[in-house]
Parts: sequence; structure tokens; C-alpha cells
Amino acid sequence: MQISRTLLYTVTLQLFLSEMHLMNQTMPTEISLEALIAGDRAEFAHLVDMYSSPIYRLGLRMLGNPQDAEDVLQNTFLNMLTHLSEFEGRSSLSTWLYRIAANEALMLIRKKKPEVHFERSEDAEAGENDRELLPTQFVDWSALPEDELLSGEGKQILDAAIQSLPESLRIVFLLRDVEGLSIKETAEALNLTETNVKTRLLRARLFLREQLSTYYGDTLSARSEE
Amino acid sequence: MTEHAHMNCEKLLGSLSEYIDGELDPELCQEIEKHLAGCDNCRVVLNTTRRTIDLVHAPTERPDLPDDVRERLFKRLNLDDYLNPK
Repeated sequence: MQISRTLLYTVTLQLFLSEMHLMNQTMPTEISLEALIAGDRAEFAHLVDMYSSPIYRLGLRMLGNPQDAEDVLQNTFLNMLTHLSEFEGRSSLSTWLYRIAANEALMLIRKKKPEVHFERSEDAEAGENDRELLPTQFVDWSALPEDELLSGEGKQILDAAIQSLPESLRIVFLLRDVEGLSIKETAEALNLTETNVKTRLLRARLFLREQLSTYYGDTLSARSEE
Repeated sequence: MTEHAHMNCEKLLGSLSEYIDGELDPELCQEIEKHLAGCDNCRVVLNTTRRTIDLVHAPTERPDLPDDVRERLFKRLNLDDYLNPK
């Protein structure tokens, strides 16, 4: 029974991710690149409305404050306008836009925190101690209802956990799991290999799981003592 | 996982993301499910990792663009006359 539920959940999540992926694939077809290049302002306004929320969210999660997120948002579209004629269509328009936004966010982070290194070599990553990945928290809090998990302190814990991810992992997690880009699109947007994206995604997911498990594990054990 | 950090737990952990995303071939999925059936800790790690991903999709975690931010953006892009239709 456990395995059947597991399979069902996998299929459901897969469908959800496919839908998100489909959204990313189909969105650009609603925007005419020719019209944008020709300077059609209505088409540009349409594009801005389609992508400003996800880009603002990305900026907010990467920089951690609304003012910086707004700078990322504005600079992304200004940069896009400047370089529109250079867009070669090797990736989708949305992936290209996410690429500009990710670069804007990372540039701003570097300006504020010069010690941050995003470009870790794949060899260095492969050589990192994989035992760091090993989970230490084994309380199953997954059946707790969503409103309880995200109420008050729970939401703050989730937000703080995402903020505490190293930038190189956070950007991968945000593009893939929050905005629903595929592994391939995430790799294109960040100029990484797909293998590198998968490695960073696994690290990010396990890191967040560990953080949330520590918190919800305490919540559950406090409840059982009552 | 320290209690039984044998090959299967570590192998499962390495493939966890792809398993969750449904990107593994059926043979490997079967191997993973066989391991999950007998390993409580790995089952907990799988369930809670899925739930973690699930939580970031909650509407409260995906706020829309605030109106004032949209307004300043449109003005910066010289799109003031397109501010109304959202």
C-alpha cells in the first residue's frame, strides 16, 4: 500500500511539474518575437505582465529584500530591451529572460557580498564530501496539513531555510522547484551542465528537508509530550 | 541513516531527486521501491523531501507582484499608457 501511494504521489508530482514545464514552453508562443523586435509596445507590456511576478519573486528570494528585488526586476527588462536584437532563439524566450534575471540577481549579490563564488567547478563539487548530504533527521512530518506547516512560524522557518541556502544552490532550487523550469532550461539559464544542475538541486532539496525536519520534528515531539 | 548507511541508502539518496521527478528508468525505480519497502528512514527522507518541494508551491509562497512595484516598473520602461490592463 505504501508503494502504491508512493507511485501515485510520484505521478501526481510529475503531472504538476509537466504542467509547469508546459507553461514555460507555451508562454513564449503567445508572445511575438517579431513584434517585440519591431518595437510593439503593447506586446512588450504583455510580456512584462507575464513575467514580472516570477522575476520579482526570484529577486526577492535571491536578495532577501524588496528594494533589491525591484532593481533586479527593472534591470532585467531594461537589459532585455537592450539585447533583444541579439536573441538567437537557441533557448526559449522565457529561459532567456530567466537567464538575464539570474545574472542580474547574482551580479547584485556579488556587488554586496564579493566573497560569494557562484562559479564552483564541477570537479570541486564532485570532490565535496558526499557525507554532508546524509540526512540526520528522521521524523516524518509529511502528513501535517499545509495550513499548519505554513502557519506563522512555519512559514518563517521555510523562508529562512531558503535564504540560508548557498547562492549557487538557491538559484537552481528557485528556477527548478519554485518557477518550474525543467533541468535543461535551468541549465541553459545558468550556463551549467544538466549534471551540475541535478547535483545542486539534490543538495538544495536535502538541505531544506533537513532544516524543516529539525523544526517540525521538535514541533511533533513537543506535541506528543503534551 | 547512520544506522544503516549501506550502499542501498546512499544509492537511493543519490537518485532521490530524479526519482521524485519521475526521471529514472523503471528498473531503477523498482530497485528503489524495493529498498523503500524495507527502510523506514529512507521512506521518511523521501516523504519529507517531497513535502518540502510541495510547500514552496503553496500560494502563500508565490505572491503576485505588488501594484506599486508594477506601476514603477511600467513607468521605468516607458509603458505608462499600458498600466491599466493587467
